[in-house]
Amino acid sequence: MSNVAVIDYGMGNLHSVAKALEHASPDTNVLVTADHEQILNADRVVLPGVGAIRDCVGEIQRLGLDHIVKNVVDSGKPLLGVCVGMQVLMTFSAENEGTQCLDIFSGQVDYFGDNLTDPASGDRLKIPHMGWNQVTQSREHPMWDNIDQDARFYFVHSYYVKPEDEAITAATSNYGFRFTTAIDQDNVFAVQFHPEKSQHDGLQLYKNFLNWNGKS
Amino acid sequence: MGLAKRIIPCLDVDNGRVVKGVQFVDIRDAGDPVEVARRYDEQGADEITFLDITASSDDRETMVHVVEEVAGQVFIPLTVGGGIRKVEDIRRMLNAGADKVAINTAAVFNPEFVREASEKFGAQCIVVAIDAKKVSDEGEPLRWEIFTHGGRKPTGIDAIEWAQKMVDYGAGEILLTSMDRDGTKIGFDLDLTRAISDAVTVPVIASGGVGNLDHLSEGVTKGHADAVLAASIFHFGEYSIAEAKQNMADHGIEVRV
Repeated sequence: MSNVAVIDYGMGNLHSVAKALEHASPDTNVLVTADHEQILNADRVVLPGVGAIRDCVGEIQRLGLDHIVKNVVDSGKPLLGVCVGMQVLMTFSAENEGTQCLDIFSGQVDYFGDNLTDPASGDRLKIPHMGWNQVTQSREHPMWDNIDQDARFYFVHSYYVKPEDEAITAATSNYGFRFTTAIDQDNVFAVQFHPEKSQHDGLQLYKNFLNWNGKS
Repeated sequence: MGLAKRIIPCLDVDNGRVVKGVQFVDIRDAGDPVEVARRYDEQGADEITFLDITASSDDRETMVHVVEEVAGQVFIPLTVGGGIRKVEDIRRMLNAGADKVAINTAAVFNPEFVREASEKFGAQCIVVAIDAKKVSDEGEPLRWEIFTHGGRKPTGIDAIEWAQKMVDYGAGEILLTSMDRDGTKIGFDLDLTRAISDAVTVPVIASGGVGNLDHLSEGVTKGHADAVLAASIFHFGEYSIAEAKQNMADHGIEVRV
């Protein structure tokens, strides 16, 4: 039986992530944990996150999990970042007057802006970007197996990831402009949306993760 | 193409049971929140809102179990409102699997609670529910006030100013109910919906008064709502969520199908 560790650093609701993973693959043992050993021994690791990024990074560091995440990245085992768990992988976030992140990937996390408009209609767009938006896959990847191009996933966020190297963009979405909503490099895959709240396609993505060997 | 407008069925739950008689022809137990939520999920609901109307606070624990059960089986966003008065209430609901909580009366009596909640849990999970009623007379500029106690008690607070204040305090979304229209089935108060939606930066959910599918679409096209919430038209099987989405699509509104 393979096992997946959902990293628990005390920020927000991991219940849904764990439940969705269990639902996607009843044969997988899901551990919600901050224990270094357990995370390092797991076959796969999920890094979730909701709330303010400074608190997230702060707790990750306080619990020594920044080193563990880097260790997992280097180990080659599949790592999935979700929402703020994607953002913390970048170098820096503009949120909370500027927050240094884990710098696994070069790039910044920026605010959508208070005057965001839809270029086609001229309509003002609300922040947070909340609801079901289309995810346009940039290329084939095992994580997109059985998920349609432009399938809708559930988002809720006010900041978005701008990778320095556009080649790591695995998907984009459109909200006032086109922005990166998934990144991947080697054994790391990360998404801005919430698969655990995205019904069938979200569960499929978790299923794909639980079948993924960490190679694109 | 981009973000879809959302359709949100709302379930009133009393002591763990769905009330106001949800009627699906082929459902085994129409009072079971888990079964009803699953049905709406299958029909394509974009989110589900539970309103806990349990009178006694001793029985609130029941709602936590309901949320746990639903969250283990339904993988779309869940909002819980009713009886959210303390930080601890929010924590329990989020830990049980809710994605958002709706704060209503507690915000009116203690606005700082919204700020505290938003700082602690993030604006993305704090919905402020606003019950508004028109107070302007015929011929006067339109004006709405916040009412509490199911629309019975006026507060003297202007609805637009209140909505803006709640966003400043950290609301991530506004659930706006017209107390004039609630239960009437004659459609949303579109003037109110548009006034609030245009006045705030966060998404607004329109509620109160839906009697047919065109009402839902109007909430978006004329009321500028980002999401529409309805209870009875879905519960009694008059219309399905899929039909509602088709109607919205026919009106040129982007929806998730």
